[in-house]
Amino acid sequence: MIENVDLSLVDWSRAQFALTAIYHWLFVPLTLGLSFILAIMETIYVRTGNEEWKRITRFWMTLFGINFAIGIATGIILEFEFGTNWSNYSWFVGDIFGAPLAIEGILAFFLESTFVVVMFFGWNKVSKKFHLVSTWLVAIGANLSALWILVANAWMQNPVGMIFNPETARNEMVNFWAILFNQVAVDKFLHTISSGFLLAAMFVLGISAWFLIRKREDLLAKRSILIAGVFGLLSSLLVAFTGDGSARTVSKVQPVKFASMEALYEGKTNAGLIVFGVLKDTDKKIGKKNIKAFAFKIEIPGLLSVLTGGDKDAYVQGLADHISGNEKLGIISIPEKIRSGKFARDVLASYKKAELVNDTPQIQAIKEVFKDKEFRDKYFRYFGYASIDKPEDVVPNVTISFYSFHLMVVLGFLFILIFSVALYLLFKGTISDKKWFLWVALLSIPLPYIASELGWLLTEMGRQPWIIQDMMTVSKAVSQISTGSVITTFILFAVLFTVLLISEISIMVKQIKTGPKH
Amino acid sequence: MTAMISQLFLQHYWWIIISLLASLLVFLMFVQGGQSMIYSLPLNNLHKTMILNSLGRKWEFTFTTLVTFGGAFFASFPLFYSTSFGGAYWVWIAILFSFTIQAIAYEFRSKPNNVFGQKTFDLFLFLNGSLGPFLIGVAVATFFTGAMFSLNSMNQVHWSTTWYGLEALLNVRNLTLGFAVLFLVRINGLLYIINTVDDETLIERSVKRLIANSIPFLIFFLYFVISLLFSNGFTANPITGKISIEKFKYLHNFTEMPVVMVLFLTGVIGVLFGIGITLIKKSINGIWFSGAGTVLSVFSLFLIAGFNGTSFYPSLYDLQSSLTIRNASSSLFTLNTMMYVSFIIPFVVGYIWYAWKAINNTKITEEEMTSKEHKY
Repeated sequence: MIENVDLSLVDWSRAQFALTAIYHWLFVPLTLGLSFILAIMETIYVRTGNEEWKRITRFWMTLFGINFAIGIATGIILEFEFGTNWSNYSWFVGDIFGAPLAIEGILAFFLESTFVVVMFFGWNKVSKKFHLVSTWLVAIGANLSALWILVANAWMQNPVGMIFNPETARNEMVNFWAILFNQVAVDKFLHTISSGFLLAAMFVLGISAWFLIRKREDLLAKRSILIAGVFGLLSSLLVAFTGDGSARTVSKVQPVKFASMEALYEGKTNAGLIVFGVLKDTDKKIGKKNIKAFAFKIEIPGLLSVLTGGDKDAYVQGLADHISGNEKLGIISIPEKIRSGKFARDVLASYKKAELVNDTPQIQAIKEVFKDKEFRDKYFRYFGYASIDKPEDVVPNVTISFYSFHLMVVLGFLFILIFSVALYLLFKGTISDKKWFLWVALLSIPLPYIASELGWLLTEMGRQPWIIQDMMTVSKAVSQISTGSVITTFILFAVLFTVLLISEISIMVKQIKTGPKH
Repeated sequence: MTAMISQLFLQHYWWIIISLLASLLVFLMFVQGGQSMIYSLPLNNLHKTMILNSLGRKWEFTFTTLVTFGGAFFASFPLFYSTSFGGAYWVWIAILFSFTIQAIAYEFRSKPNNVFGQKTFDLFLFLNGSLGPFLIGVAVATFFTGAMFSLNSMNQVHWSTTWYGLEALLNVRNLTLGFAVLFLVRINGLLYIINTVDDETLIERSVKRLIANSIPFLIFFLYFVISLLFSNGFTANPITGKISIEKFKYLHNFTEMPVVMVLFLTGVIGVLFGIGITLIKKSINGIWFSGAGTVLSVFSLFLIAGFNGTSFYPSLYDLQSSLTIRNASSSLFTLNTMMYVSFIIPFVVGYIWYAWKAINNTKITEEEMTSKEHKY
């Protein structure tokens, strides 16, 4: 019924998707944040009539334009790769997943692409107000597009609002609002766009700092630091707040991912929050996987229990609770879930057999089974586990999950500090003299990019082996094409994206060195 | 029964939306058409800058329409999305590749320190302009000529050739539609340039090339249409859904849906009229007639591909795996939800029109191209 797949095909398909996503995410956050910074700067220009603000806006707009195009270029490939490389997935969930992508195109992309032309070419063709509205609409359009793709991604982390139809062999949408207001989607959207705002603010702050180091464009730099500082500080606080909310939600809907990102093997009360730690292998194993332990850690006692359960006596679930089950907490073991998943798969196979011989009474009877809530909650919910061979296979890479999460959090707090210091020095009037800080700001430009990519690494690697949590494994989702074809396109895209990135960085650096033209 | 009627209605409704998006995409590919002539049309570098700035201010529309077309297809007919994209891998990847290199080429080509030089990015534009429309034409032709796939009981696709879509290039009818689309978008590209630039020499050169592109367009287009009318089609039994071969299926579709035939003929006349008034009356408004004609022709071709119980993606390998708008669609709930979303489309068209006019009110001039303003 579900064919066995070549694992190297799965790996190459994953590599190609990861490659595209990583490159795409190098460009999108800057678009999300810089578009709002431009809108704020242009609003000040329109309200004050001060030509310097126009000049500042246009300078950052040039940099926005260079980055914008390459984000679009990589985005189109991502959208179509769901079909080209993950066709089984596309059918299994297309009834739900396709809708946000279509809405993204209709509601967001057209808004963005229509008004970006006015934004770039309309300075002398349309009125000041129309131009300003266009700039705001580009920002809104860009962030709206993020909403819909994140709704789609959130559904993969926490599938809600659907029911499985055995006749079509797919999940079908039954509640649009449950999908849109999925708690994971809300958290993910707020956390992602605020991290984009933060990244853009750091970009503006760092480049402005460079101007001050070179003693050029003093007014442009200081005004830009003002906007970036305020925008960045607010964004970085929002990132911390939404990140906390996001982690709490993960602890509820993806507890295995949560335990992995905390490297928590044994559940406990009074669980400490690891501020920073270094992992090492131990001789203990879960199945064939080595258990990690801390070679070194800085921990705040009890805080993880407080953050996830409200008080220090709250029990935080570990990986062992999920693998072996925990009757007291009502956690079902993985072997039990595998049994439930296989039962659901067998029922589906019976349905398909009945269909083949046109056994109408049997078809009707099994259809009723699929409508039964108990069957859905107890068995079909674990459909994906039918493809799991060993219980430990559901544990994602703990090392990657742990480090990506903790590095991201540490960087997040560093950003709050950098923006606070920038604003303090600016208001004190000494920022130009503080060379050390200007260098820190400049050298910090790559850090939000790293934090942002780490966030996605955690989201996607932490979900493994699932493409849809508990419903479908990555290996069952892949298109049945030749591995050679995917390797070839992987190389093609890797070369193309790298070429584009090199060109983009070179152009960007030149434009920054040239400074404002107008 | 009510639900069934509603679902059938929504399946048709969404096929109309898909057809509309496809027809708008072909019209908007005038951008690609113009790009495919950047080595032959301009007399000098200024001309090239004018052409690319005229076309470049619209490239995002084409791109967005392509993305929305893909998204809408995914949402409304996910079985096509998973079958065609997951099987005809190389055709779709080649199309994607050609559009990816376009997206950055406009912004990067004239920027200093772009590493690879303006010639490289102009080559990207030429490749996208030539290959993009041709390959999209070939891919759309498979809606009529079919593809080599089968679906298992879980609706998972198996492609029966190891060419993964490249075999479509061995079919003469597919190639013919590919070339017809390429020459059509070149015609529209020329008409758009004539409409938007203020340069007599460039306009004269565009008019001359209009004839050179219209003749091959007519040859390829007529060959495709005539062969289509006389070809077998794949029809689905309205009750059982069983697929069978029907002689002259597409001719029957035209005669059984006369409104679609009228739309198609009006579209063809529109394209010819657009070309005619440009050549004879030296009008600069040919693009609007040809553009509207393109939309109507492509729209009606999509309707005869999917309506009247026709399989819009026939399987040459396993007849019963062929896709129709009934067996490939989303659920009633999703189609219904998406219908409400689609009500915003007129509003979207409205603001696009407003912004388009605001930018196109002023023609592309030598003065603007030599100023310090933002340009490609």
